[in-house]
Amino acid sequence: MAKKGYLILENGDVLEGESFGDEKEIKGEVVFNTGMVGYPESFTDPSYFGQILVMTYPLIGNYGVPSSSKNRKIDGLFESGKIQIRGLVVESNIDGTSHWQSGKTLSTWLKEEGVPALSGIDTRTLTKTLREKGVMRGIVTFEKPRNLSGFTFYDINKDNLIPFVSCKKIARYGNGSIKILFIDCGLKYNQIRILTKYDTTVIQVPWDYNPFQSDNNIKFDAVFISNGPGDARTMRETIETVKEVLRRKIPTFGICLGHQVLTLAAGGEIYKLKYGHRSQNQPVKNELTDKCYITSQNHGYASIPSTLSKDWKIWFTNLNDGTNEGIHHKTLPFFSVQFHPEASPGPTDTEWLFDYFIKRSEDRVKKH
Amino acid sequence: MVSKNSKLKKVILLGSGALKIGEAGEFDYSGSQAAKALREEGIKTIIINPNIATIQTSSDFADKIYFLPVTPYFVQKVIEKEKPDGILLGFGGQTALNCGLTLAKKGVFKKYHVKILGTPVSAIEKTEDRLLFRKCIMDLGFKVPKSVVCRDTNKLKTVIGGLSFPVIVRAGFSLGGLGSGVARNIEELIKIGSKALALTPQILIEEYLEHWKEIEYEVVRDAYDNTITVCNMENFDPMGIHTGESIVVAPSQTLNNKEYHSLRKIAIEVVKSLPVVGECNIQFGLSPKNGDYRIIEVNARLSRSSALASKATGYPLAYIAAKLALGYSLSEIQNQVTGATSAFFEPALDYVVVKIPRWDFLKFKDAEELIGSEMQSVGEVMSIGRTFEEAFQKAIRSLDIKYEGIISDSVMALLEGGREAECNIFPDLSPTPSRPYKIAHNIFFGQNIDDIYKQTGIDKWFLERIKNIADHLKSMLEKKVETPYLILKAKKLGYSDKQLGMIFKKTEHDMRLFRKKNGIIPKVCQIDTLAGEFPAKTNYLYMSYHRQQDDISQSTGKKVAVLGGGSYQIGSSVEFDWCAVNSVITARKLGYQTIMINCNPETVSTDYDISDKLYFEELTLERVLDISDFEKCPFIVSVGGQIPNTLAPKLVDSGVKILGTSAKSIDMAEDRQKFSALLDKLKILQPQWRRLSNRNEALNFAQKIGYPVLVRPSYVLSGRAMFVAYSSQQFSDYLSQTGVLLNPEYPMVISKFIRGAKEVDFDAVAQKGKVKVFAISEHIEHAGVHSGDASLVLPNFSLSTESVREIKKISQKICKALNIDGPFNIQYIINETGCRMPEILVIEANLRSSRSFPFVSKVMGLNFITVATSIMLLKNVPKVREKHSRGYGVKVPHFSFTRLRHVDPVLRVEMASTGEVASFGKDIYEAYLKSLLSTGLEFPKKSALVSLGGEEGKERLLSTVKTLHFMGFKLYATQNTSSFLKENGIPAKFVYKVHEKGFPNVVDIINSRKVGMVINLSDRSDLAIKHQIKEETDGFLIRRAAVDVNIPLFTKATIANIFVEALFRYNLDKLQIKSWDEYVK
Repeated sequence: MAKKGYLILENGDVLEGESFGDEKEIKGEVVFNTGMVGYPESFTDPSYFGQILVMTYPLIGNYGVPSSSKNRKIDGLFESGKIQIRGLVVESNIDGTSHWQSGKTLSTWLKEEGVPALSGIDTRTLTKTLREKGVMRGIVTFEKPRNLSGFTFYDINKDNLIPFVSCKKIARYGNGSIKILFIDCGLKYNQIRILTKYDTTVIQVPWDYNPFQSDNNIKFDAVFISNGPGDARTMRETIETVKEVLRRKIPTFGICLGHQVLTLAAGGEIYKLKYGHRSQNQPVKNELTDKCYITSQNHGYASIPSTLSKDWKIWFTNLNDGTNEGIHHKTLPFFSVQFHPEASPGPTDTEWLFDYFIKRSEDRVKKH
Repeated sequence: MVSKNSKLKKVILLGSGALKIGEAGEFDYSGSQAAKALREEGIKTIIINPNIATIQTSSDFADKIYFLPVTPYFVQKVIEKEKPDGILLGFGGQTALNCGLTLAKKGVFKKYHVKILGTPVSAIEKTEDRLLFRKCIMDLGFKVPKSVVCRDTNKLKTVIGGLSFPVIVRAGFSLGGLGSGVARNIEELIKIGSKALALTPQILIEEYLEHWKEIEYEVVRDAYDNTITVCNMENFDPMGIHTGESIVVAPSQTLNNKEYHSLRKIAIEVVKSLPVVGECNIQFGLSPKNGDYRIIEVNARLSRSSALASKATGYPLAYIAAKLALGYSLSEIQNQVTGATSAFFEPALDYVVVKIPRWDFLKFKDAEELIGSEMQSVGEVMSIGRTFEEAFQKAIRSLDIKYEGIISDSVMALLEGGREAECNIFPDLSPTPSRPYKIAHNIFFGQNIDDIYKQTGIDKWFLERIKNIADHLKSMLEKKVETPYLILKAKKLGYSDKQLGMIFKKTEHDMRLFRKKNGIIPKVCQIDTLAGEFPAKTNYLYMSYHRQQDDISQSTGKKVAVLGGGSYQIGSSVEFDWCAVNSVITARKLGYQTIMINCNPETVSTDYDISDKLYFEELTLERVLDISDFEKCPFIVSVGGQIPNTLAPKLVDSGVKILGTSAKSIDMAEDRQKFSALLDKLKILQPQWRRLSNRNEALNFAQKIGYPVLVRPSYVLSGRAMFVAYSSQQFSDYLSQTGVLLNPEYPMVISKFIRGAKEVDFDAVAQKGKVKVFAISEHIEHAGVHSGDASLVLPNFSLSTESVREIKKISQKICKALNIDGPFNIQYIINETGCRMPEILVIEANLRSSRSFPFVSKVMGLNFITVATSIMLLKNVPKVREKHSRGYGVKVPHFSFTRLRHVDPVLRVEMASTGEVASFGKDIYEAYLKSLLSTGLEFPKKSALVSLGGEEGKERLLSTVKTLHFMGFKLYATQNTSSFLKENGIPAKFVYKVHEKGFPNVVDIINSRKVGMVINLSDRSDLAIKHQIKEETDGFLIRRAAVDVNIPLFTKATIANIFVEALFRYNLDKLQIKSWDEYVK
């Protein structure tokens, strides 16, 4: 019999499961994801940094995990260099190995990377609790908790999480004519993979990098702001940089956290959703064309478009709950989306947004 | 919602006709959802569908119904009469689609200004013509299997050129893969290719993607190019086995993100390019070695898979497809389950769905049990669990084939006998219905999973799940004593109480008590389409042991549960779904909260909006008790066919309240001994019979009552294992072949087989022992043909008034004696020859609704189920008003013999039909002719082959053959028959039987379609005589050839006579185009 593990929620619920990852106590924010495939991609998505992830699909691990050695890199099969989730909660862990790309079982991978995981938990009931009460702080522990007084929860949203997931040094990818300043707030590799398919040079910079400082002489034609974890309001430096980018009318594209940063830089506001959107089936509508798309999403905050100046228009709206999914400047090439057009995991319906971004950037290159 | 296409006032919806292999109940589901969507818009809906047992052909669903053939001729006639604005072709399967394509080609829609709603014909053509399809796909830059086209049997050898074996032969424009097959060498290719080319002008020979995964996506697109995939599904069996023949899992289990989403993307691009408006299905092959793919096909219509996807996800595909055809965009339509979110979304499942086909090979004598690229299954079940293991084992029990799970009796019996050492593994794991059980057996007894994978190509992921189940059996057997831990784990793996009882040497009841004592109780789970992200408003439910809490709270108030019919199978089909649905609809109208329990995805009863709560669950004692424990309400068990009927006494023993006739009475009718004693007591005649349990007694009794004798086991459904012995030699041969059936535990019922008598179905509803409504349907065939295979006529057409009076009297007597309270059916044999008073014999009584309930209800314009349900729920039943019915209704069976290689298409006491159709007419002849044409037969051209065995047969057909001659039919006949005809002054061209090795032979003239109909009577009484066996073989070849080229075949004099008389009285023009309400007012 596997070792027992416990998920303690801040509302006092204690759920018992069986351990299949590392056996160390961790604290984080408990969120759920309803995607049915793509767990290696999800678990390495830096937006999950600090979170204990509950998978609503009951069988996780079906096709194993690609072997890490080469797949850690951008051209590999993961979305960042390591597992970003703090803990994992599933109904059933499957030690799947039959897939041709499988190098190890999920359990092995979690243990290698020091991530605790519990199976045998009624994830549907847990999901309903999170839906009704909102995301909660939680603890995964391996000693049966006698009483809860000894436990203190950790609120990941109080801190700026970006330094933990952003790069430390500048890196370049590709050698094309369009130079994109890529502000890494906890990027997903696939964003770089897609951007470098075009005639681009992607210059990955840390979240607090200021390109306008006199000693920073990087030249760029466009700015990309990546996804990432936590509350964008804690990212003062990034917001200041983006404000300057907008002032200089440089084409800017933000994704997820990048969307919230753009909102804030444009003078708008954001708020925390009750339980966020974490799934691969979020329907959005392009308000400018009435076309609808299925998108992959992973966010806990949303923009409030009504707080933006009238220079901005709503670009995308969520068809399920009406929340904002994208904004676009009325005249200038500034735009951002809440969802993940780079998918991975998830549907690729909106990958054309990268086309759109590159075209706007090209326009600028031509002008100059 | 406002109607987008406000110009549309009247729309025709084409149904799919009879249930048949490859085209079954799923189209009642899709048609009725489409009808619902149309009616919501205030559009007048006209349905053309001769399948009278469907729910869509009810006044609740359509404004006007035509019980006419779904063929170009009749549909055009209805268009001329009704002048509709639009037509829907995508909801009635291949039948409707083909019919629509023909009409479009002929320019009929243009001529009458009928708009084709939904997917345009140009797109349908691209998906139906394989060459065109390949070109479209390749133009998009996507991959299809390498292939060549062949139109000529003689070119089969040369045409394959660059392809290497194995190859697969595919026939275009076909239902469920008819005419397809895998060839591993040139001989096999010629054999399969020739057969396919006989059915279709061109075939495709393509690379056989052996052991590739088979994956399907259900795609929905609106007219504004918004496109989603509602669901993907993975076949347990690899490529090469028709998806209708395969165990299917939703969502896919072994695909990673990249595979899942790249196939999804391709699916969407293909559908956008066609373009489809509404719903379609796309099938892929996916390499397990490198993720390479091939696009196999697109069905630009609702399909079997879309019905499954609809039930698997809770996304009402057919309803949405109909709305999209009317011009709505996906984002305008609400998600019906949450009532809050958009229909433009892709369901997230937090459960696993498993579908298993149900085969009935036993019913078809001589059928090959090998399954492959042609569809042969007659039904399917679906189940839902939180793990594959749980869902899989539930699905197996839902099949109603007496399997308790994947661990079959072969394992349990060997263990029980303590002969583990002898346990060999099955060396042959060819695809057959029993393969999964053999695999589990082999795994249990130590065969390596890699070995099994190499043999079968079934992904190791699935094999490991089976191993998981088998491993737990080992631990339980080691521990010997049940513990809560072991039992909970077993339940999570889908073990039944009964099987656990076998393992721990306890009864099922003891296991249940142990379980409940330890709090091991399944929880009620809700399907919400969004994996918990939004609350569901509907109660689409299943049960699982993987949960700690129920998703719904226990409800109070007036409520009633209805048990559905389970998997479609020979003898139990859409007619019981009609009964179950009507029962629920009635109960709802009477203010009851209704609960439906069923496990068949191709039904309307499993639409979550039909009832207040739908439990998509197995119809087993254990599960029904679980639901009863939770819901604490009474049950209706008399509308779902035999499965609920059999459960009834057990449910009552467990303290469940059932409504209607008491379990004691049900048992009395089901138990032959008790029923017979009752008939004796009531002084009602019955064919002489006895239940015997040894060979000598059996042979002696048969001798005593005289041959022929009918042999069958008790608790029969559709005459399983029934047999007619015409001589003691034949009987004794039969006994030695099926000896297992004859012992004290499995006794045999032997009864006098009465020939030449009339047979009648008496359907009725009673209240407290008093008949309230009834119908007497007379069979055209004489007694001896299973009532499910017989042609029924209502009102009766040849019975004497004395017979009718007697039938009523006897029925009332039985009804009173059993104190029947609800629906029932009695079958009678009536012997009107040679006696002044008719001799009326009772064959059997079923204290439940019968197969013919929808037929009699619709012919009489009086819903028997509404009456029955009202009686069961209310104390006072409102007065029953019968509509005025003019004309006759005739119901005829539909056989799927074309699908079943090597099966002899002759009518017997065992039921073999897969479906039925019915039509109305001014007289029995018109109704019969329309009905027969509704089974897909062509109006015969003026030539016939006649081959009549025995003197009696020849005499009985003489005047009919004369009529044919008189009408100018060119007659062909085999030797004896042609001599006989000549003697009687009828010219007939002599043709050789196959064994006579002359030219032309019977099969040649059938295959070359020189004849438009075949009458072949075999002299059954002589069958046991040795030299007649050859005769039988020749007869078989004639019959087989006739069904293989789809020519009307008659093997009974009674129906041949009626048919020819009908041809004499009516030609096609004279058949009236009248709707149901023109016959029944």
